[in-house]
Amino acid sequence: MTADIDPNIDRLLKRDSFIERGARSRAQALLDPGSMRELAGPFERLHSPWLAMQKLVTQADDGVVVAKGKLDGHPTVVLAIEGAYQGGSMGEIAGAKIAGALELAARDNRRGIPTRAVILFETGGVRLQEANLGLASIAEIQSAIVDLRRYQPVIGVSAGTVGCYGGMSIAAGLCTWLVLTREARLGLNGPQVIEQEAGVAEFDAKKRALIWGLTGGEQRVVTGLADACVADDTHEIRATVLRLFAQGVPARHRSERADHYLACLRQVDTRVQATPEDVRAIYNPSQGDA
Amino acid sequence: MEQQKPTRGAMWLRLLTGGARTVHDWAAVQVCDAVLAGQPARYIAVVPDPDNRFPRARNGEVGLVEGWQLARAVQEVVAMDRDAPAKRPIVAVIDVPSQAYGRREEAFGIHQALAGAAGAYAQARQAGHPVIGLVVGLAMSGAFLAHGYQANRLIALDDPAVMVHAMGKASAARVTLRSVEALEKLAATVPPMAYDIKNFASLGILWKVLRLNDLALPGERDIALVEATLEAALADILEDRERDLSGRLNGQHRQASRRVRELLQAQWEDAD
Amino acid sequence: MERLQFEFGAGQPLSGRTVAGVVASGDLEVLLEPGDAGRTTVAVQTSVDGYGGNWKALLERVFGPGSLPAARIEINDNGATPGVVRMRIEQAFEEVTQGGNTP
Repeated sequence: MTADIDPNIDRLLKRDSFIERGARSRAQALLDPGSMRELAGPFERLHSPWLAMQKLVTQADDGVVVAKGKLDGHPTVVLAIEGAYQGGSMGEIAGAKIAGALELAARDNRRGIPTRAVILFETGGVRLQEANLGLASIAEIQSAIVDLRRYQPVIGVSAGTVGCYGGMSIAAGLCTWLVLTREARLGLNGPQVIEQEAGVAEFDAKKRALIWGLTGGEQRVVTGLADACVADDTHEIRATVLRLFAQGVPARHRSERADHYLACLRQVDTRVQATPEDVRAIYNPSQGDA
Repeated sequence: MEQQKPTRGAMWLRLLTGGARTVHDWAAVQVCDAVLAGQPARYIAVVPDPDNRFPRARNGEVGLVEGWQLARAVQEVVAMDRDAPAKRPIVAVIDVPSQAYGRREEAFGIHQALAGAAGAYAQARQAGHPVIGLVVGLAMSGAFLAHGYQANRLIALDDPAVMVHAMGKASAARVTLRSVEALEKLAATVPPMAYDIKNFASLGILWKVLRLNDLALPGERDIALVEATLEAALADILEDRERDLSGRLNGQHRQASRRVRELLQAQWEDAD
Repeated sequence: MERLQFEFGAGQPLSGRTVAGVVASGDLEVLLEPGDAGRTTVAVQTSVDGYGGNWKALLERVFGPGSLPAARIEINDNGATPGVVRMRIEQAFEEVTQGGNTP
């Protein structure tokens, strides 16, 4: 005789954490079983020459997994950033893998092959040890996203624990749709950097409630800067990505809504500091397309 | 109100457009419609606005409003020429110290505002508009990504005050737990980390570097050289069938970038 | 940062390849590929200098008996403890022998 399992415990036991998976595992879990093929992978030994020059230990895939396969039968490439390596930062090779794969996906579409892309953002932005090559590669990633999104939605996912910062948050802002977990954060400058540049009164990097309240997954979705806030569950994330792909390419991307956002910003009372409630009040996404 | 000395960006915008009136009454994002090679062209610069409503964006930083205004300025050009056979050029006059750092900025999504700008420039280029970036001062991190880094061709003036980088020296030193001197010493030995324009040029991302007689007070010859180079860049773009950023991949220090793309392409088509 | 190279006798070549772990603080990455019959080579890149003796001893314990398939192994280490090193090597061999997805 089996005892009844508390449904909450049952759900927790069945939960398949996405956050706990490494980049390669995340890519594999998203794609249809058995369909994943890794390109320019670790056995090509694309070690960063710039880190080697500085006597830093290098990872053989430079922290990015390019996984080509099928997603619900559709040709899809997943670009998975390994947040545990160098904070997921973009060096020359890491950035080139993402930009190059997106470029090929766009080329596919021009040849009639409907390849689409998912980017798993777990990154602090530019890798400072490769500064200008990291920055340049991010510009190339941004160009490739804008190119590809004309043909297919480009979907970004950030689950945590690193989140999505720096120049790559700008790339995320160019994606068609963004999926975040509650644990994820999406912002341009990290809390410590703001505290350093602007002082602790402007931003206290130790205040977790402040950080997540302003830049966490739930807030970003409620304020229309991201599209779905999901639980840390692989199955749910995959289902959400599929649901968003099914919506197709929108008439206008979020990044094209300059007039809407300029109108919103005119309402900001800059004599007081911003609270999460202020942002919600002004960015009410139910106002629809402006 | 105290008159501040105009920045390099403000000065070069005035010089290249013959002092044309701005299209919008915006304080930081200056948009001028003028000419290039005898044809209509839009010139855009970001200059300091000491009275900016957003206190963290008063020194020429690209903040929330600036990002979306850049987007609008570029979107307007695309809309104007949507049915035109010739797409007018856009010249980004670049002198931006950084993105704006602040709580308000993060709260209201400055990353999205900069995406608006970067995306608009990329879309304009992909729609056939020649986009030229002219670096006359600082071209730093998120601000540069938003204003200029999507250009077909990048030109920089050769001067110690002209710098392209992902993070200012003081911040980078703090983040990497070094002194500024130690950082400079290291950066000088690793080309992508270096702060000077010569090292940046060695990466192969710039199309031209211009040595002027006097950057602070450019004379007629200096201005003529810059104008001629902008015209040459325009001609070069118009001859180019590709309107992507692939021209940046030829430098000696971008070997790995080329190798990655070669491998991806070779492996892309394998039987799925 | 230090580079170390080791070689051991081994059996027939491994069939399959895999990568295990990441170069995070306190962790390491192990690339495992088929090697020439009878020989296993291990190339180590480590962030911690001066532990050549420890690496030799640990790898001797794993590969010394010579009973594992011949492999070409690359280890990129960021200060992992011997226990973690051992775990990642075993994880890699397990993945290959179980026929898991190879990158």
